[in-house]
Amino acid sequence: MGMKNVRSLLVLCLAGLILGGCASSEPADSGPDLEPIEQAPDTSSTETSEAAVGPVVENGKIVLPTGDGMGTTEMLNGVFYFDFDQAIVKRAGHEELDKHAEVLASDRYLRVRLEGHADERGTREYNLALGERRANALRAYLVAQGASRSQIEVISYGEEKPANSGHSESAWAQNRRVEIVYR
Amino acid sequence: MTFGCNEKGIQLIRLFSCLFVALFFVSSASHAELRIEITKGVDNAVKVAVVPFAWRGKRRPPIAVDEVISSDLGLSGRFDALPTSQMLSLPNQSSEVLSRDWRMLGVEYLVMGSLEPNGVMVRLRFELYDVLRQTMVASQTIEGLPGELRDMAHHVSDVVFEALTGIEGAFSTQIMYVTALDTEEGRLFRLNIADADGHRVDTILESNEPILSAAWSPDASMITYVSFEQDGRPAIYLHELSTGNRQILTSFAGLNGAPSFSPDGLQLALVLSKDGNPDIYILDLQTRRLRRITRHYGIDTEPSWTPDGEALIFTSNRGGQPQIYQMRLSDFQIQRLTFEGDYNAKASLLKDGSGLIMVHRREGIFHIALLDLNRGRLMVLTETSLDESPSVAPNGSMLIYATQDRGEGILAAVSIDGGVKFNLPSTEGDVREPAWSPKKTKVFAPID
Repeated sequence: MGMKNVRSLLVLCLAGLILGGCASSEPADSGPDLEPIEQAPDTSSTETSEAAVGPVVENGKIVLPTGDGMGTTEMLNGVFYFDFDQAIVKRAGHEELDKHAEVLASDRYLRVRLEGHADERGTREYNLALGERRANALRAYLVAQGASRSQIEVISYGEEKPANSGHSESAWAQNRRVEIVYR
Repeated sequence: MTFGCNEKGIQLIRLFSCLFVALFFVSSASHAELRIEITKGVDNAVKVAVVPFAWRGKRRPPIAVDEVISSDLGLSGRFDALPTSQMLSLPNQSSEVLSRDWRMLGVEYLVMGSLEPNGVMVRLRFELYDVLRQTMVASQTIEGLPGELRDMAHHVSDVVFEALTGIEGAFSTQIMYVTALDTEEGRLFRLNIADADGHRVDTILESNEPILSAAWSPDASMITYVSFEQDGRPAIYLHELSTGNRQILTSFAGLNGAPSFSPDGLQLALVLSKDGNPDIYILDLQTRRLRRITRHYGIDTEPSWTPDGEALIFTSNRGGQPQIYQMRLSDFQIQRLTFEGDYNAKASLLKDGSGLIMVHRREGIFHIALLDLNRGRLMVLTETSLDESPSVAPNGSMLIYATQDRGEGILAAVSIDGGVKFNLPSTEGDVREPAWSPKKTKVFAPID
């Protein structure tokens, strides 16, 4: 576990260097006082010396060449948020999800895990079911946009793995989510 | 620590019992115990005094049984136990009692007794004495191994409690619960079993992935739970407590959750979403045959059995919001049981079938509630928030549940009539998902 963490951290740092330190702009890291965040496209771009030829999986996230001929890359946002007791994919996330679907459709060897989560309110087993509903909704969207069902695994963690361990409305908003994890 | 180990003629059995004692001390020291704080007791608590027990042997026993009994009775919220320091005399049997000493202190009942070695065993005698009437209410002699002193003390508490309240005691039972601790290596989940008074914590399972929904078999020999330990995927496990042997019962794609033993212990109701949607299934533990029970596009989860085993109670959002339903297994007839409130979940029937214990949301706050099925009246039992996972003691008089206190998950208990409340804060991270054992851990038959 410890070794794995160190390695992940290294990968993250490298990714951060290449992408100009964008790795910290994940919504889950926002302070508890912020408003719930809609899909903030995590798309800082910068030039790198070597041109990436295709999508690269880094620490569960997907990094794409933007195709501008200058070797610029883009890391897709992999976290999508939901309303209380709801499993409807918000319109604000469609654009980013379309990109995920496109990547999956273009490379059939890519595999993702959709990890569904809920906030802590309500019972644990009901929240597991809710987390699964959310991940299923995302899967349905991705499949409709061209991804193959066989590329996608759905797992619900319910309220067991909060992104924010606070007990406020904004913490809850950050915990009602599905994370796309590339394998 | 070496109590009972130094008599002549070492027999294997004695060695074993000494080992047991030693091991028990090591393991109980390694994990934080739960502390109990009474937040509300009954107004007319009965005043008792548990007099230090006489010890008729060479070495002092490792546990002061009178302290355990005194603590048990106090923690029930129905008794006010007199501290030893205030006692004017220390009788060990009714013939030694000077009633005046106790009447002065307002003590209504006395618990007194003695311990003496008997071969490898320890013999415990005790009496419950009514100070006002000057009569003996109950007395017993029991025997146990040196490592069972705490169990013997809980047994005495049970006898005293039942004699004075008419309610079966629950001091000899256990509580299973999950803790989550944030460490440098990530989150650490533990499945623990402790005595009902929070002592003797035993860790059954430890994992960096979630553990939840632990439940007891009716005879308390097995437990079942959901663990995500295998590559972060959920599976339902069956775990034998005496051997530690365990096996995976289900690990389908999707949810594997909410396992619940049937009253006869032969079947397990559980939740799977392998067919596309969370539905309730019954697994026959002998044939391993799986039977699908609900078929609905909504969420069906949290099955529990009616005491006669002929129906399942479950949570479903088929009506738009989570509510409680009952399904008769003979003809799959479904009946909705809850209509008050927009969130009712994780329900279970009281043993006598008179009421339904569940999680109920009122004005946005999650409480534990009791629905009186005869009168159709719903009573909110808790004043805390984010309450969940209610579990009723085998005597039906108390329930334990999970709640939040200053941002941390803790366990709390409340009597079914709402009269007694206490908290069990832990010093070790979040505590959640309590499950009260269905029967006494050890039973001591009285010797005549």
